[in-house]
Amino acid sequence: MIALIDYGSGNIQSVINALDDLQVDYIVTNRESDILKCDKIIFPGVGEASFAIRKLHLLNLFTMLRITKKPLLGICLGMQLLTAKSKEGNVCCLSILDTTTEMFEPSKVKVPHMGWNRVEIINNSPLFDGIENNSYFYFAHSFYVPQNENTIAISEYGVKFSAAIEKDNFYGVQFHPEKSGEKGIQILKNFIEKC
Amino acid sequence: MVAKRIIPCLDVKNGRVVKGTNFVNLKDAGSAVELSERYYREGADELVFLDITATEEKRKTLVELVREVAKVLRIPFTVGGGISDLSNIEELLKAGADKVSLNSSIVRNPGLITEAAKRFGSQAIVAAIDVKIVNGIKKVFIKGGKEETDLEGFEWCKRVCELGAGEILLTSMDHDGTRNGYDVEFLSKVVQNVTIPVIASGGAGKKEHFLEAFQAANVDACLAAGLFHYGELSIQELKQYLSGNKANIRI
Repeated sequence: MIALIDYGSGNIQSVINALDDLQVDYIVTNRESDILKCDKIIFPGVGEASFAIRKLHLLNLFTMLRITKKPLLGICLGMQLLTAKSKEGNVCCLSILDTTTEMFEPSKVKVPHMGWNRVEIINNSPLFDGIENNSYFYFAHSFYVPQNENTIAISEYGVKFSAAIEKDNFYGVQFHPEKSGEKGIQILKNFIEKC
Repeated sequence: MVAKRIIPCLDVKNGRVVKGTNFVNLKDAGSAVELSERYYREGADELVFLDITATEEKRKTLVELVREVAKVLRIPFTVGGGISDLSNIEELLKAGADKVSLNSSIVRNPGLITEAAKRFGSQAIVAAIDVKIVNGIKKVFIKGGKEETDLEGFEWCKRVCELGAGEILLTSMDHDGTRNGYDVEFLSKVVQNVTIPVIASGGAGKKEHFLEAFQAANVDACLAAGLFHYGELSIQELKQYLSGNKANIRI
């Protein structure tokens, strides 16, 4: 059973539709008691970081997400919230990754970074099983996680940044697998079956 | 770097796709759900749905259609037409749309762009701008191209960017439906003066027009409708051509 966390941060209907495609059991929830009963966690997120963190505190999910041993996949903002801090609203995040979420420089590139970009796999991970290197995935974000020791794939947009990370049971993708066609669905399938 | 996008646009009326010339003379082009699935399979990077009756009849955009489309599409899509407030936007995003395009409502209330961007993120807010030359000036039109405003096109593009829009969908009403090519000169001027992506719309008639918009105007995306709907140009063929001519395209 997969717990898809709905903490009021953006549109999760597309993730639901993708999970329906894969015919997996999931529940959409924001309750700790439900999440504790599941095997894996999908932690999506579109929207503003400090608002999202506030919601996690209000729902009493912050600590649970920090210490969980269940495989967790953060998507977009969900991955950024795994860092120690986000420059978006200058908020302390879950501190799984020892790095800070930064903003793209509007004087150098158009912000948000929106559209299909190539993803270069730099470290093997079950998340990318069966995915050809340098495939395109769909991105829509203004902030990014810098490349760090837990980066497993990078993309380039004025700067090289983390397109995907893996640390212990924590996985994260900056792109939207639910919006990246067949390859994106494969990423979700890999997380569900292999991570 | 990020790839240039090809975006089929589906003008929708009662769940059917329609297409006219210079915003009138509507012609049926099929079911919206079926067409969108076809475009997804053919390699479209994104889709745009414009409920063209919405503004005119003051109806809410078809939330039900968004739900149906979201079930078959695994690429992003934008929905527009008659969206007037935050609750309307929220309803559409929750139904599965990735972005909303706002046109008449932001002319009436420019603050809506800022409020919506704050609440849903600027990536979800597309400013749709329809321009037409009146007495030598590019004027902004609203209500599906039926009502002239006092706004000048170029200034309005800069303004929506400052207000927090995530993208500009710029339609030349003079070029729309003519198939004589995009308004490259104006697009180029806008691209150079805003810090957000610009989608070219209005005038695509052949493959070369897309290449011209990407290379000469450096737009981020090209939108077209009739050309794709009636099977005159397939997305695959277009993408092969663009890629073969050194455009950065997702194949």
